[in-house]
Amino acid sequence: MHTLIQGVILGVLTGGVYALMASGQTLIFGVMKVVNLAQGAFVIASAYLAFSLFTNYGIDPLFAVLITTPVMFGIGVLGHWIFLRPLRREDAVELSILVTFALALLIEGILSVTYHTTYRSINTSYANKAFDIGGFAISAVRVYGFVVSCVLLLLLYIVLQKTRFGRAIRATVQNPQSATLLGVDSNRVKAYGFGLGIATAAASGSIFGLLFPFNSGSHYDLISRLLSVVVLGGLGSIGGAVLAGVIIGVVSSVAAVTWSPTWSEMTFFIVLLLVLLVRPQGMFGRVERGNL
Amino acid sequence: MSELLRVTNLTKSFGELTAVDNCSFSVEEGSITALIGPNGSGKTTVFNLITGYLPSDSGTVEFAGSTIHKEGPGTLYRKGLTRTFQQARVFADLTVQENLVVARGGTLKSFFGRRISADDRMRAAELLDEFKLSHVADLYASELSWGQRKLLEFASVLMSKPRLVLLDEPTAGVNPILIETMATHIRSYNEAGVTFLIVEHDMSFVMRVCNPVIVLDRGKTIATGNPETVQSDPRVLDAYLGD
Amino acid sequence: MIAVLIAMPEIFRAHWIWNLLFFTVLYAAMSSAWNLIGGYAGYPSLGHAAFFGIGAYAIAFMFKNTELLTNGWAPFISLPLIGLGCALLALPIGWLAMRTRADVFAIVTITLLFVAQTLGYNLKSLTGGAQGAGVSRAPFNLDIFEQPFYFVAAGLLLLAMGITYFVIRTKLGMALTAIRADEDKARGVGVPTIGVKLLAFSVSVAITGMAGAAWAYYIGFIYPQFAFDPLITIAIVLMTFLGGRATLWGPVLGAAILMPAQQLLAYYVGGSQIYLIAYAAIFLIIMLLLPRGILPTLLSKRRLAALAEQRNIADGTTTSTISQGAHS
Repeated sequence: MHTLIQGVILGVLTGGVYALMASGQTLIFGVMKVVNLAQGAFVIASAYLAFSLFTNYGIDPLFAVLITTPVMFGIGVLGHWIFLRPLRREDAVELSILVTFALALLIEGILSVTYHTTYRSINTSYANKAFDIGGFAISAVRVYGFVVSCVLLLLLYIVLQKTRFGRAIRATVQNPQSATLLGVDSNRVKAYGFGLGIATAAASGSIFGLLFPFNSGSHYDLISRLLSVVVLGGLGSIGGAVLAGVIIGVVSSVAAVTWSPTWSEMTFFIVLLLVLLVRPQGMFGRVERGNL
Repeated sequence: MSELLRVTNLTKSFGELTAVDNCSFSVEEGSITALIGPNGSGKTTVFNLITGYLPSDSGTVEFAGSTIHKEGPGTLYRKGLTRTFQQARVFADLTVQENLVVARGGTLKSFFGRRISADDRMRAAELLDEFKLSHVADLYASELSWGQRKLLEFASVLMSKPRLVLLDEPTAGVNPILIETMATHIRSYNEAGVTFLIVEHDMSFVMRVCNPVIVLDRGKTIATGNPETVQSDPRVLDAYLGD
Repeated sequence: MIAVLIAMPEIFRAHWIWNLLFFTVLYAAMSSAWNLIGGYAGYPSLGHAAFFGIGAYAIAFMFKNTELLTNGWAPFISLPLIGLGCALLALPIGWLAMRTRADVFAIVTITLLFVAQTLGYNLKSLTGGAQGAGVSRAPFNLDIFEQPFYFVAAGLLLLAMGITYFVIRTKLGMALTAIRADEDKARGVGVPTIGVKLLAFSVSVAITGMAGAAWAYYIGFIYPQFAFDPLITIAIVLMTFLGGRATLWGPVLGAAILMPAQQLLAYYVGGSQIYLIAYAAIFLIIMLLLPRGILPTLLSKRRLAALAEQRNIADGTTTSTISQGAHS
């Protein structure tokens, strides 16, 4: 029982981080109707960035977020402008998937040439510290990571709910045609929305680097998990992504302690299959046919 | 004359916006019924709900005795219900002739047959001739003009000899001569037994071609009747002018 | 073309050429197979490498547990079986993956590849885990070692192209094109979309699986990271796109260009990370500059010229210039 609860706690803490990463991905889908297969790659890139900042300048990764996020936001907007905007309308959706896939691989390639393929992790001073709460040993990094994730998710929420930009995004996600009629510049929303999605990847990259060892190839594993989270939550629903992140975090963590760590990786896939089998639109996604 | 299509208390909301609000109406078999209403009255949403492109929040749709509001476009096709779209959706990468042939549908097994059999050619030729598209039969649908696309789309939904055809703004963006052509086609197919439900903005077209007329406003049916009655109905005038 | 494939042995002698030919033809076959689901149907499968690996491990498994190696050619008989197995496996997966949209399909297939790789590492009893699995050495004469494999690969290519040709000549081709163009409308006009998609997917996967098995037998020893290598998927997608998806010869053209280029790159630069950057960069460039690929771009230029010429001809002549060549 003790291990079970430990697993649940761990799952919630890790799930928060997945939630942050997935929220950006589902936001991008909501705004552009494109599945960004490069999300994981951006997280890893940002993790490497935080790693470099830490190793060379001693900047704590959690503070590095303040640096990496704006930088990646800019890269995201630029990337959208260069690679995604020029796509012809008719096959834009189909091609966008492949373009983001190619982007992910490009990033992976650049990272492995720059950093080589050894596994890295960001070992801060508190990396091995653990809190003892009620008899459960909880590693400090997980707690910090979770807290920062929550703060960032809250920030995201505020941006979306309270700012004009956020409202424009939500309007576009709900109903693109009406949004345009209401004066929203859809190109700018898409560009900045994509940037915002990448920014969340950037922020979570630092946390990811703290929590897990990574190398350039880690984005495959990561994107598979993120996609499962996003599908469970419902493509386009940020609240769904957050909830799904925590759920899957808990499920895979419990699977790791009760079953085996290697098989816990499969839980993501199993969840994905179950969702598609039972309720393809996920928890909060919309069932839609016809052209979006 | 019996009821071919009956919509009862159909409702659909998008977040806070209720596009279709307890909407009810019916379509008589053998009629050319118009569905009109000001912008935003929910006409196209109703079409999407009837034809299985959107799931409804509540309400039912019955067609030829069976309940269809949960069915998808494929099932409806087999039951004899087809539709066109405002944007004239045709298969851009297929030729005009192929667009027609593929619209004959069929079982998976039937698709192992020749791409365009002699029978296909004949049947497509009938429609091509009728709609005066024979000279562009081998052009890709993407190479057609807007008016030709609308004609092609219209022709293709007739390939399966359906019972009910839903036309979504067939005259939008089409020149007057072509509008007349469409009106002629609609009338002749109607005489041959096809029922039409047409969403339209062009009032003169509606007056000439359709009877009865159903008026929607803000997702609800507000009037039904023949064109003259509806035209002078104060509620209808209010709906159009009041917004 | 069959003549060309058979004539090859007479022309070339060097081993490295045979090796190159084997891989080129093998990848051409896989690209043609991918073209069915990714090109014609518009459902980009990003996990075809999973089935490649499954085929590879399948034949390794057969070698380990059965008396397959009676003579050099006998193992090839297992290929159709493996293909069938992959096709059957593809049915439930395809059904789940293609239930909603093409992008969800991409999601499932990517995840599938990753899962397959994980299984490859972890199902140690079946696959030997990270240690890899041995495939018996083919007892062919060292002089002509590559040749039988080349012919098998050529056979697979002919199979893939034959099926594609069949698809084009039947209504299946139209159905796939309709699905790609506008799937909901296709449903609305009575096209049996689910059946057609599943058919394309399973056939595509079957050929890929057989290619994997042939490759495993050729290489002699397989590891999870190479059998389930994302680079395989990227290569076949890129080859198809470069040559032109939804065309008969596009994937072959793409393979003919890229495989030798890849070998050249390997010779001069080495290291798979450079491949990654190169492939990804080429892919992005093609997406942006030549999104329809080489063949369709050439064909459409020819068509535009023909159409323009036709408009210049005075009334009275018939439109026969356009009907040929448009279908490919």
